[in-house]
Formats: sequence, structure tokens, C-alpha cells
Amino acid sequence: MYKYDNYDHAIVNERVQQFRDQTRRFLAGDLSDDEFRPLRLMNGLYIQTHAPMLRVAIPYGLLSSKQLRMLAHIARKYDKGYGHFSTRQNIQFNWPALETVPDILADLATVEMHAIQTSGNCIRNTTSDQFAGIAKDELEDPRPYCEIIRQWSTFHPEFSFLPRKFKIAVSGAEGDRAAAQVHDIGLYLVSNQKGEVGFSVFVGGGLGRTPYIGKCIRDFLEKKYLLSYIEAILRVYNRFGRRDNIYKARIKILVNAVGEEEFGKQVEAEWEHIKEGVLKLEQKDIDHAQSFFTSPAYDENAVDVNSFNEAKKSNSAFSNWAGRNLYPHKIPGYEAAVISLKAPKIAPGDATDEQMDFIADLSDQYSFGEIIVTHDQNLVLPNVKQADLFSLWEKLETQNLATSNIGLLTDMICCPGLDFCSLASAGSIPIAKQINEKFDDMDYLNDIGDIKIKMSGCVNACGHHHVGHIGILGVDKKGEEFYQLTLGGSAENDASLGDRLGPAVEKKEVANVIGKLLDVYVDLRQENERFIDTYRRVGIGPFKENVYASN
Amino acid sequence: MRVIKDRSVIDDEWLLIHKLDSSASIPEGSVILPFSFWQANRDILLKSKKNHAIWIDGSIETESLVDDLEFFSIIALDFPTFKDGRSYSHARLLRERYGYKGELRAIGDVLQDQLFFMQRCGIDCFQIRDDKDIEQALNSFEAFSMCYQAAADDAIPIHKQRKFK
Repeated sequence: MYKYDNYDHAIVNERVQQFRDQTRRFLAGDLSDDEFRPLRLMNGLYIQTHAPMLRVAIPYGLLSSKQLRMLAHIARKYDKGYGHFSTRQNIQFNWPALETVPDILADLATVEMHAIQTSGNCIRNTTSDQFAGIAKDELEDPRPYCEIIRQWSTFHPEFSFLPRKFKIAVSGAEGDRAAAQVHDIGLYLVSNQKGEVGFSVFVGGGLGRTPYIGKCIRDFLEKKYLLSYIEAILRVYNRFGRRDNIYKARIKILVNAVGEEEFGKQVEAEWEHIKEGVLKLEQKDIDHAQSFFTSPAYDENAVDVNSFNEAKKSNSAFSNWAGRNLYPHKIPGYEAAVISLKAPKIAPGDATDEQMDFIADLSDQYSFGEIIVTHDQNLVLPNVKQADLFSLWEKLETQNLATSNIGLLTDMICCPGLDFCSLASAGSIPIAKQINEKFDDMDYLNDIGDIKIKMSGCVNACGHHHVGHIGILGVDKKGEEFYQLTLGGSAENDASLGDRLGPAVEKKEVANVIGKLLDVYVDLRQENERFIDTYRRVGIGPFKENVYASN
Repeated sequence: MRVIKDRSVIDDEWLLIHKLDSSASIPEGSVILPFSFWQANRDILLKSKKNHAIWIDGSIETESLVDDLEFFSIIALDFPTFKDGRSYSHARLLRERYGYKGELRAIGDVLQDQLFFMQRCGIDCFQIRDDKDIEQALNSFEAFSMCYQAAADDAIPIHKQRKFK
């Protein structure tokens, strides 16, 4: 993983000093609320319902065991003993005191972490594929490019006061696990006809109140032009993006207003001026970034199918877990083990300080000390030998971390909602709880199979409801919490936005309505069809009918 | 009026004229005029004055003043609110693409914590908002000792400084 050198350390430490001074000036009354807001947001600090919320970046989702232990320490010392992993590879602390935030940042800096640009109208944490570096379908590891973008975007002098927030994702595999097409810029590593690897560039994707799938404005971009091309996009956006209405300020609105073709032309015209300039990457820049993302010392004799199969045969709970929570690894004999943070009765994505310490220890023991944070708000030990899986699972069980539900109905994506967030219109966590209570039969859940439920407590769509197979959006109707359902969304290669099912439903009915949707699926599905496949084949009609006809 | 120039606080004689009807008579003295007034009275101004200064807002197409750059001692960039970041792009374009060598002055909602970014984009004079402590604002220039990316200043980006094996 990337290791800071003196330069990176200096910048992050200077940021801590700067923020300490800004906080001091705010508390002394030299900075107004309005003036402090963008400064604290650029450091991931929100003022929330109960207390400030601090969002810490986990660049491209990769953590060392040492870093995870530091997050546990922060949860214990400054918060109420837990943290919440977000859908964009960040962790959020919900209860720190404002005065202590500079100290938290100083602690983070000691393990090469920060909260820089995790919020605000600037370039946010660049995200990536949770299985980068180990997936079988990977063309090239996207993380070195994320790191190059991270450095370029950090305190970018021109793009720190954009019309609105700006999110970039990079995917390097056939299967898009980075939701690239719902980002302001989505980059796919692709090879051209000559066999050279470069990027295809999508712009203007995004969720929120006006969701759009990104548009491809360049099929193939040579790697050396990565930064100059992104800078050209940002410059066009910074100059011409709307600033009169925050709901129309994202780049997606600009792209759709001028049209993708015209927008692409403007970008190319700007790019012509700067492409051969100082932003052009040299091979040694790319080599340098890549040198940090090498494979660990894999055991050549890791293949141990027999003991793995024996363990599965002798223990059905382990077998279920291995069936759901493992992801195939490119090295024979290794598996990526997904640790579910979606146990029943737990707010999705939350982990306690004790669990974080425990997982850090497990990663040292079983996975070369690396942990990955997924977009689905789970954690991954990316490099576990087959022979170690059973003992890993046994240990996970002791900390309520072995829920065998990855990809299933209860592996929901859920924002903090009304319980924590000052923007929310309705609760999310209570709905997750309701769904967990109704659907507690593992056989049923396994029979339903792969399905993505994504839930947001307001139109800002932090829970990505538009791209859930079933999306749930909390709305406020005259002080009552209601829930608008959508069907058929996807954030993968076949990205699509969900269709509205019909009128919003009452809070107490949400799980029941999901039950009715699943009944239709069970009735109509053909062999091996997932929920989304059946939906795409039969359309919304039968689902609508079953939910609303009985009312 | 006190402004920050070359990282120190100085007294400055230039008067900013925010609004001026294009048909108004030409103001006396050292004045920073609206760009629209310059456009309407360009030839008379060139005959009657030696030093010229204009201010532009974020919505201007930078390209529209390129032909006149040689005449300006000052181009003032307006930040109607500090959250409006368009003028950062204007500053870089004027410096890096169009080679403007005169003064770039930040006016409007200009606050301490924006100065580091502004100077990196080529702005070299800062009219700090009246109610703020201009001396304290000087602290912001040294917020970071190095930068990841090149801009209009002479900072060498970190990746060019790294010694690769």
C-alpha cells in the first residue's frame, strides 16, 4: 500500500496545524459560522443532529492493521466506541467534540491518514474497486492511479471552491465494483486495439435529487494524460457550472444542459492547451505510484482444497459463510473474506472499537495486515489462505462478525438517516432493523439470493437508493416518515436508475412491501434469475399490482 | 485603503468603482473601473489616462479581455462570496495562458483562509474584507511549505522533487 514520504507527512502535518488554528479562530469568534463551514467541511467535519460528525478518508478503501487500530483508538477515545463505514470508502465518527477534532487529526496523521476533502465543494476521496489487486477479472490495478489523483487533487488551488462536490472513481476490472458511472468522473482502465492500456472517461454521473448515469466523453485516454484531462474537465466545470442553485450545481447538470457532445468538445478544447504541459505524467511517475501496490509474499503452496472442503462438510454454518462471504482470488489457494458489518440489530456499516482492533489482529494473522473497506459498507480481509478460513471464521463468530449474508437482502446499504444526520427527512436505521426482523430466515434469504437493497434517508441519496435493485428513499410527508420505493437500479457495468414503484408507503409497511415484491419475484423467476434479472424481463407491472392492488 | 501586496500590508491609492454607467464621464485619478465601462470607453480611456485598471466578475469569459491585457496595470477579480471559485480559474488563465504580467487583485469577500490558494493561482494583491484583521491574514501564505500540483506560482510539484530510484 502507499507509504507516505517526507513530503506527504509534511503536508498532512501542516494541515493539522492549519485546522487547529482555524478551529481556534472559530472558537474565539474571529470566524463566523458561515466562514468556518467550508473550512471545516474541507476537513470532513459536519455539525450534526447531536454533535459534530467527522468523516475520515480511506483512500481507495485500503487500510493497514495499524491504521484500523488507530480508528479503533479514535472511536474509543473521542467517540462513543464505534465508527460507521460509509459507501464511499470513508469512516464517520458521530460523536466527537469540536475542540478535540484537531487532536483526532493529529492522531490520524501519525498513521498516514487524514480527513482532507472528505466533504465540501472540492474534489473528494477518490474511490476504487474493493477487490483491486486481487480480482481475477482485473486488467490493471486502479489504485496507483487513484493515488496519483489523490495527490494532484489535494489542496488544488484552483478547484477548492467548486460549484459543488466532486467525486472521482477508478475501476480496473471487467466487472465495475466502483460504481464509476454514478460519479462526477468515472474512469475505466481499458485496452485499445493496439493493446495499450488507458482510460475511458465518463462524466456527469451522480445520484442525489437529479440522478444521472455518466456519459462517455472519451473512449481512450493515454495514461500520461490522466491528470491533464481531468484538470480540463474540472476547469470547464469550475468556470461554467451553475452556482445560482445548489441543487443544480453538480457537473451532471452542466453536462446535460449543454449536451455530452458539446461538453466533450469544451473539455477537449481546454485540454489541447494543457495536455503537453507540466501535468503530463512521465513513466517514472506511474512506476513510482505502482511500486507501492505490489503483491504480498504469497505462499506458492497455498492450495488446500481438501481441508477447506472437509471443514465445509463438517460444519454447515461455516459452509454457508464460505458460500456467501468469500470472493475468488487471483492466486490459487487464496480467498478474499468479506466480513459482514450487517449483523441483525446492528446499524449497517457500524463497527465497535473492539471489533476494529479484533479485525486488525486477524488481518495481521491471516491477511498480510491489510483490510479493505467496501462500497457496501463491509470489510474485507483480501488474502486469506484456504487452510486458514475455518479458524478465521471461528474467530469472527466470537465477535458477531460472521454473518453469512454478503450480497443477500440483509446486506443492505444504509445511510445514518434521521438518527444522526441533520439533512435527513426520515430514518434509515429503523427500516434496516425492521427488514432484519422480518427476514430472519436464512433459508429464505439464501433462496432469494443476490439482491441489493439501498436506502437513503433523504433525496441527497447517500445510501445510493437510485441504484439499488430495490431502492428505499425516506421522505417527510407533513411530519410523518414515508418511504418511496424504486426497482431495477444498478451501479455496475449495466448501470441503471431505479423506476418508481408508486406512492410512498408508511413506515411500518416497508418490510411488508418488500415481502410482496419478493413474492412476485419468487413467482415469476426463471432458473438462476436474480431479482434484478426478473425485474428487467417482466417490468414493473406485476410488482406494482401486488403491492398496491391489495390496498 | 490597505491591501496586501507581495506579502506585506501597504497603503494603496487605487479606488474601486463598483458600478459605473457606460455613458458616465471618466472618473479622475487612479480608479479600478468595471470592465463594461472599459469596453464602452476604451479609445477615450487610452487617450486620457496612462495607467488602466479594471475589475471583472466570475461570469466573464477570460478570453474577452485577452487583446487588451497590455494596457492594464491591475485586473481585479471579484469574489462576490468566498465560495465562488470561478476567479481562481480566471487568474490561472490570465497568468499561465495569456501571460498577463500586471497586478491581479482579489476583491470582494476575500478572507485569510483563501489566500494560500489565491496566491498559487497568480493573484498577488489582496483587498481583505473590511471587518477582518489584515495583519493576521498574512499568516495564511505559509500554510503549506510545498504543493502536490503545479499552478501559476513557481512551486515545484512534489512529484517533480521526489528522487526516484
